[in-house]
Amino acid sequence: MSTTNATRQIFTLLQDQRERIFPRWIEAVGARSRGRRSSAETQVELRPIFDALVAGVSGGGVNVDNPAYDELRAILAEYSRARARQGFTPSETAFAIFALREAALDTIHDASGSLDYADTAAFSKLVDGLGLITFEAFALARETVIVNQNEQLLELSTPVIKLWDGILAVPLVGTLDSARTQVVMEGLLQALVDTGSSHAIIDITGVPAVDTQVAQHLLKTVVAARLMGAECVISGIRPQIAQTIVDLGIEFGDIPTKANLADALKLAFARAGLHVRKLGLNA
Amino acid sequence: MSERIPVVKIGRVLIASIPSDLGDDTALLLQEDLSKQIVEHAASGVIIDISALDIVDTFIGRMLARLASISRVLDALTIVVGMRPAVAITLTELGLTLGGVRTAINSDRAFEILQSLDVREEDDLADLADHVS
Repeated sequence: MSTTNATRQIFTLLQDQRERIFPRWIEAVGARSRGRRSSAETQVELRPIFDALVAGVSGGGVNVDNPAYDELRAILAEYSRARARQGFTPSETAFAIFALREAALDTIHDASGSLDYADTAAFSKLVDGLGLITFEAFALARETVIVNQNEQLLELSTPVIKLWDGILAVPLVGTLDSARTQVVMEGLLQALVDTGSSHAIIDITGVPAVDTQVAQHLLKTVVAARLMGAECVISGIRPQIAQTIVDLGIEFGDIPTKANLADALKLAFARAGLHVRKLGLNA
Repeated sequence: MSERIPVVKIGRVLIASIPSDLGDDTALLLQEDLSKQIVEHAASGVIIDISALDIVDTFIGRMLARLASISRVLDALTIVVGMRPAVAITLTELGLTLGGVRTAINSDRAFEILQSLDVREEDDLADLADHVS
């Protein structure tokens, strides 16, 4: 009984006082947007939210999970996503919704009308529910951005370069974990097949540290390449890394390791039966 | 009646392509055919193409190793070509290395290896002949 009552009260309030509440809300949100949004823009953004809220209250009462709120939820989620992408902070985004409560309560106060305690509590709960929706959508949008960036990073950091006919190189940059090793391995093996290369150089100049796990990943890549009939050389081992490798007792077995890419290329040339010769000055 | 895998002869090299649905009988027939033909044509090399295989399990691994051993006894080198990247990754993860089986990235490369071996063998024989005379 009291819920229906509260619903009617809130609905009448939002409907009747619309012309007063909405401008107040716009003003409060505008004051916090620090000049990034004009009041016209804020109006355009918030008007559908307000309209959907009125529709939601009339159809679904104060229960945010009611299907009548589906539209509002969708609009709010889109609003939060847009804000997350535009670089607003989560509290700024949530404030935009919470400001509605103050705007509404202040309006009632000014009109010297009164909303009893139960109604105020119900309205508060409603606005809190909406705030939570924005928060969740905001976090989700941020997470999507992070996941996308991770994927882009994976693709960016694993190019396979053709150095010579039949000789490929993979310059590794950044920390090697299982996911990246998998991408490197797949990329290298596919490139070996595509180009019909039998020699590959894995250059780790850009890898900041080599621990047992990274070494394990490198070994796996080399073994897989060998299975396919290609020989690998590991190059770009810096002095500190050489020391760590020995300290950790890592064995590269019969996999040749070279200090720099040039030496590795020379070895690959020799294995491919190529000979590089300096021409005489008069030649 | 199980199917026979055709064996193609190019020069002194025999080529067989493994189908994706290799069974026990077919594997056995291939083993017989290859050993017979290596002797018949005095083949110096055998190229086995496994590019049709999505999965290489212990059964196929053992078959490849046996083919390699048989041809080695008959003085021919077996080279396995066309392993898919996914297959290589899986074998590595399982710790299977197909020991004793020579691999090459494609049949072109395998031909190069076999040819260079042929040339070396002839050189060695020539040296030996010089030495004896």
